[in-house]
Amino acid sequence: MKTKYFLPVLLVLLVSAALAAMAVAPPAAGTVTGKVTYTGTPPKMKPIDMSKEPTCAKEHAANPVMTETVVTGPGNTVEWAVVYVSAGDQGSTPPSKTLRFDQKGCQYIPHVLPMQVDQNFEIANDDPFLHNIHPLPKLNSEWNKSQPPGTPAFTAKYDKAEFISVKCNVHPWMHGYFVVLPTSHYAVTDNSGSFSISGLPPGKYTLTAWQEQFGTQTQDVTIAGGETKNITFTFKALPY
Amino acid sequence: MVKAFGAVLVVITLISTAFFVFHGQLYWLPEDASAHGHGIDHQLMETMMGSGFLFVLSQIVLGLFVWQAAGRKEGWKPKTFPGGPKPMVIAAIVLVGVEILTLSFVGSKVWAAVYLAPASPQALHIDVQAGQFAFYFRYAGADGQFGGLHPDKIDEGSGNFFGLDPRNDVAARDDVVVASLTIPVNRPILLTLHSKDVIHSFYVRELRIHQDIVPGLMIPMHFTATRTGKFEIVCTQLCGLGHYQMKAYLEVLPEDQFDQWLKQQEAQQ
Repeated sequence: MKTKYFLPVLLVLLVSAALAAMAVAPPAAGTVTGKVTYTGTPPKMKPIDMSKEPTCAKEHAANPVMTETVVTGPGNTVEWAVVYVSAGDQGSTPPSKTLRFDQKGCQYIPHVLPMQVDQNFEIANDDPFLHNIHPLPKLNSEWNKSQPPGTPAFTAKYDKAEFISVKCNVHPWMHGYFVVLPTSHYAVTDNSGSFSISGLPPGKYTLTAWQEQFGTQTQDVTIAGGETKNITFTFKALPY
Repeated sequence: MVKAFGAVLVVITLISTAFFVFHGQLYWLPEDASAHGHGIDHQLMETMMGSGFLFVLSQIVLGLFVWQAAGRKEGWKPKTFPGGPKPMVIAAIVLVGVEILTLSFVGSKVWAAVYLAPASPQALHIDVQAGQFAFYFRYAGADGQFGGLHPDKIDEGSGNFFGLDPRNDVAARDDVVVASLTIPVNRPILLTLHSKDVIHSFYVRELRIHQDIVPGLMIPMHFTATRTGKFEIVCTQLCGLGHYQMKAYLEVLPEDQFDQWLKQQEAQQ
């Protein structure tokens, strides 16, 4: 080509390549970590009397199971709190794996199962007697399922975001939660009250922490490329 | 041939009755454990003997009639009840009626003691709630007062089976809620039975107590346990798919062990 066009064309090509490279490479993903804590006096958890199901009563005789409405840990931390992105969500991935919910020793394991909308989860009866799981949604469709001992696990999913209380029709003390969320950016706090949500592209997010007794709390977090932000949620606890 | 039928009828009656009489323990209730139990057992036995006697008698008479009428020549008419069918029916009604009224009269004392007499003022008051598919029991706690019941506050997952409101109701804060009924021996007990949902029934064989729990009613039931032990409380009114499994345990403890147990429970509230 004519030499007087060579440099401009080269410049255009180089700039286009640079722009293209920047557009194709994903922005570095950030993380939000932290703890959920409380102030004040939380209600006392009570030991569960399972005498009407003798197998479970015997299994837990040495170490009684406590109610799980408010489970706390050292340092005033709160377990079973769900932290999730409630506004400004980007980069959420669709659900891929099937989660699992077990009925074992007359308890629901885990106590709180967070999941995404339309995510499959499997409900299994690991006990040698009847369970009848009965989730109580208000937006999703309500069903209950009887599982005599030895029944294979069945799969379910919910198509609307909701906090769903779960009970057993046969064992009144059994209680859990299905937390159906519209985002893949969520976590549930462990026995140290900690959570970690990763894969967040740069942006402004609102995070919500939910606990079944304390309710919800929000916090805004701004993530720049690839950084880890640390936040704390503190709920006010009352003894009753 | 027909005479033989009459004889067989009587033989079968006598053999089956004898079997029941001599092996009655197999079919009788377990040893009673309550103050009124003896009276109820006595009444049951009298009813059994009275109706049993009439049963055997009527089968023997039937057999005799068959025996007597067998092989007669054509045109033979059996003897009839003097006066005909109407006086016979009246006689039957009077006979059965007198038997039933006698049994009622004789049994009225023990019935009244259980259902009509009020509980002793020193009775230990325990609140009993039946719901699909478990029984829960509530004691008043150290303050001696029961908290109010608020059905909208029932939250089984956190152990609030009765719907207590400890935040606003101070009397509810120390109420002891348990899943097994524990009572002291030889002390009058007053149960208040109520249902959270459908009809249930409270039945303890050894206590000779059997009471339907009807939703909307608070039903008092009093008794005194006379021996220690662990007994079954079963629901005896079909209440849903879990009815077959609905039960709780009654523990009758010596007085000092019960006091200790109650103190332990109160300390946990």
